[in-house]
Amino acid sequence: MKNNIYDVAVVGAGVVGASIARKLSAYACDTVILEKEWDVSFGVTKTNSGIIHGGFHYPTSTLKGRLEVLGNIMFDRLQQELHFPFRRCGILAAAFTIEEMKTIEKMYMQGVENKVIGLELCNRDRIHSLEPKLNPDVVGGLHAPSGGVIEPYHFVFSLIESAKKNGVELRTRFKVVKAEKRKGHFLIQAENGESLRARYLVNAAGLYADEVSAIFNAEHLQIKPLKGQEFLLDRNAAGLPGKVIFPVPSIVSKGILVIPTPEGTCMVGPTAIEQKDKEDLSTSQSNFATVFHSARRLIPKISERDIITSFAGLRPTLKGNDFYIAISEKQPELIQVAGIQSPGLTAAPAIGEYVKDLLKKAGLVLTERPDYDPFVDEIPRIRKLSPYEADALVQKEPAYGEIICRCESVSEAEIVSAIRQGHTTMDGIKFYTRAQMGRCQGGFCSYKILKILQRETGMSIEEITKRGLGSNLITDRVGGLAVKDPAAAPTGTEEVK
Amino acid sequence: MIEKHYDAVVFGGGSAGLAAAVRIAGQGCSVAVLERENELGGILNQCIHNGFGIQRFKEDLTGPEYAERFIEMVEELDNVSIFLETTALEVTHGTPHSVFAYSKRYGVIKIECRAIVLAMGCRERNRGNIGIPGTRPAGVFTAGLAQRLINIDGYIPGRRAVILGSGDIGLIMARRLTWVGVEVLGVIEIQGYPSGLTRNIVQCLNDFNIPLYLSHTLSEIRGKDRVTGVTVTPLQDGKTVTAKSFDLDCDTILLSVGLIPDNELSRKFGVSLNPETGGPFVDAGLMSSVPGVFACGNVLHVHDLVDYVSEESERCASFVVEYLNGTYNPLLHHPIVSGANVKYVIPNKYLPGMTNRFYLRSLIVKNKAELVISLEGEPLKRKNLAHVQPSEMVSFSLDEQDLSRGSESREKKLEVSIY
Ligand SMILES: Cc1cc2nc3c(=O)[nH]c(=O)nc-3n(C[C@H](O)[C@H](O)[C@H](O)COP(=O)(O)OP(=O)(O)OC[C@H]3O[C@@H](n4cnc5c(N)ncnc54)[C@H](O)[C@@H]3O)c2cc1C
Ligand SMILES: Cc1cc2nc3c(=O)[nH]c(=O)nc-3n(C[C@H](O)[C@H](O)[C@H](O)COP(=O)(O)OP(=O)(O)OC[C@H]3O[C@@H](n4cnc5c(N)ncnc54)[C@H](O)[C@@H]3O)c2cc1C
Repeated sequence: MKNNIYDVAVVGAGVVGASIARKLSAYACDTVILEKEWDVSFGVTKTNSGIIHGGFHYPTSTLKGRLEVLGNIMFDRLQQELHFPFRRCGILAAAFTIEEMKTIEKMYMQGVENKVIGLELCNRDRIHSLEPKLNPDVVGGLHAPSGGVIEPYHFVFSLIESAKKNGVELRTRFKVVKAEKRKGHFLIQAENGESLRARYLVNAAGLYADEVSAIFNAEHLQIKPLKGQEFLLDRNAAGLPGKVIFPVPSIVSKGILVIPTPEGTCMVGPTAIEQKDKEDLSTSQSNFATVFHSARRLIPKISERDIITSFAGLRPTLKGNDFYIAISEKQPELIQVAGIQSPGLTAAPAIGEYVKDLLKKAGLVLTERPDYDPFVDEIPRIRKLSPYEADALVQKEPAYGEIICRCESVSEAEIVSAIRQGHTTMDGIKFYTRAQMGRCQGGFCSYKILKILQRETGMSIEEITKRGLGSNLITDRVGGLAVKDPAAAPTGTEEVK
Repeated sequence: MIEKHYDAVVFGGGSAGLAAAVRIAGQGCSVAVLERENELGGILNQCIHNGFGIQRFKEDLTGPEYAERFIEMVEELDNVSIFLETTALEVTHGTPHSVFAYSKRYGVIKIECRAIVLAMGCRERNRGNIGIPGTRPAGVFTAGLAQRLINIDGYIPGRRAVILGSGDIGLIMARRLTWVGVEVLGVIEIQGYPSGLTRNIVQCLNDFNIPLYLSHTLSEIRGKDRVTGVTVTPLQDGKTVTAKSFDLDCDTILLSVGLIPDNELSRKFGVSLNPETGGPFVDAGLMSSVPGVFACGNVLHVHDLVDYVSEESERCASFVVEYLNGTYNPLLHHPIVSGANVKYVIPNKYLPGMTNRFYLRSLIVKNKAELVISLEGEPLKRKNLAHVQPSEMVSFSLDEQDLSRGSESREKKLEVSIY
């Protein structure tokens, strides 16, 4: 690194920041990615619908419309290089009336104009043969075979792993709070007192892109959170469809969808509720009935009895509802990547390319690295192997034989590789391995994971957190708390074994 | 891949699996017990309180002591092979069945057998299953997990706790938390009556002045990183009365909101499951819809008392032995179904010509209730029950004599009701 100054600092390790950093890792360019949380993908990116959209919702006059279409077609290659769960299962938009069919036709025309491949209009028979679980009242709709589903956090983990492999540095727990423009570079300071210097800056801070913009004395932005709550259903749910099912969209949102996740569970959501607080990810009961009512209208077999869990995410929206990706007019070495709401996940790979080009335009010299290696190793997953393949693996590496999470069949070796990749919180391990993500939600495996974490990292049990600062799980050891009335506590059999 | 052959393979080395293995091996058949943990005993290992074995051994034992009795028995038999830290993960059924079990030590073992006993126990219902609104901070634990963390690992999950659910596990944890120095602010129960034993209400709550909020529920969880509090809301006529809500400042929430038989594996290889119990449909010999695959203990239906688990599992084992000897004839079994006010009755079939034992759960709460068993609409037997409620299992038997009465119709369908 020249004079200890990075060429580029990317603020934010969500899907957008990670895509940009990985793109830059193909060039001879010293890049650092800064993330305030303890792990990557803990922002907006961890809580979304995971859909790779089909390119028929927005006109190409919008930046998000163009980047969605471009992003979509990049996923096959990315999957070959990075091995994240992704499936082009196809998307159906279902119409119930002739009126709705008219909207469907408009969406079809939009898609054709956007040069989406394979779009088709479906009559009643066609749509029901594509998805037999649809409500019999559906009269027709749109089929976008290029639409798909992805595990978003996994995608980010792979992007980061690849970026790191090609020289990008990741700094977690680095919350950017202050910046100064120096001669030819920015001095960037973190809340924890650390600092570093970089010549170019990318603001990919998701919900906080407005605050980061202010820190760098750039444009005045105002990000408004739009909450979306999702419900996750068991993989045995009778309503699990083969394709992503959309209703005909309204003006405010794409509506309540039914989504088959790439790992075989089923998701229902999201809602769209404006709120002020960017930290408030609470779920509520009030919209529950309407969500399931809407979902059942599409697929009658959807049932709240199958719920495993529910969570909420916040879409970072800007006025005008489009992405704002541009060289800052106030700080010519700063690239703004703000307002990345849906279809941000789909567009992310294209955003990476786009931002690389903007950096060039801003004066950054980018030459390709001869030793760039786009591939990362695929970690074997016990649940994906036949017993014979599994046996061969366990003979080489016994830890694959120890099943830690029984709901999702995750072995000890997979937990250990998560930890070695830097995922040292319980949620980080969950997102990396799927352990604690199944129907028991960690009831059986979390105590085992706590042990492995202690062994692998040397952390004490009290230091282990769910997802970083303040989210500690264990407060004390037995015997370590004062007992109010010690006489009441028995000895003998009540002692810890 | 290592290959092995046994007459029977038992999935799970908890009280059900142990009792079954002892009985099957005692009759001269070879048995393998697969247990994914590093010791036998199952859930009993974390139940270090007493109250176990009063029926079975006429002694007041702790969970581990109760388990130890069966572990000793099983270890004395040389036709039982125990595989610890070994998880049954895949089964292809047929003649014989093939079981694929995963372990660190042996790799994947392929075990061929003629009979399988499902004894995998149950799991706990969690936050997602009951959908408590609010944030998603650290500090929300299922009661069984907290019990394990404290009693086996020696870890305390927090300092000020609220417990949701007044089942026995929740009550016992209220006392346990208090004993290790955690302040328990209350036990919240959505029903108008406690679902745990009266003895536990007295000994685990009243003795420690822990309030029990009946007809109340948790309406919100607060806290960004760690729980900082909950909102408790009373119910009136089944509706929440938001105006009367109050807050409790706690850092920990324990959920004791029910258990679900853990049948993922069974479902995967085609065992048909009863939506009322979450366990397999079984005939009079506790054999599931897959020939040669039996079930007992909490994987079949959730039991309140381990003594019943042992008894049921031994009975199951006798039928496994019959099956292995070629004398088991499921065609002779007749159906028994739930009638009025009955949630479920297990098994789902009975066999005339022997004593049949049944377990059932009531849908209603009632003092001085009557259990009525009828055959083709005609009452066959009646039994007085001092008190029934959904959380308490009821058991009854029908012997040869009871069953010899009644009509000659072919179906011979029995129906059980509570009035
Ligand atoms: C409910 C819901 C459903 C969605 N469904 C879809 C979908 O199906 N398909 C689709 O394509 N899109 C979907 N989206 C949109 C998509 O999730 C987002 O567009 C995308 O995740 C945004 O990624 P990001 O990297 O910009 O933001 P983030 O993931 O939030 O990343 C920004 C990162 O910056 C960090 N950060 C913030 N401030 C600082 C600071 N000062 N210092 C250091 N780091 C900082 C944050 O911690 C965060 O990790 C959905 C969104 C929601 C909310
Ligand atoms: C938290 C809790 C507290 C309880 N407290 C009491 C009490 O105080 N008093 C009382 O009388 N009863 C109590 N019970 C009731 C209890 O259900 C019974 O007492 C009894 O122990 C259940 O025995 P089981 O063998 O059916 O299940 P378990 O004891 O759960 O045994 C199942 C075993 O199977 C193993 N297993 C599961 N899947 C696999 C697989 N695929 N491969 C290999 N092994 C597998 C598990 O590791 C476990 O060891 C409690 C139950 C629970 C859940």
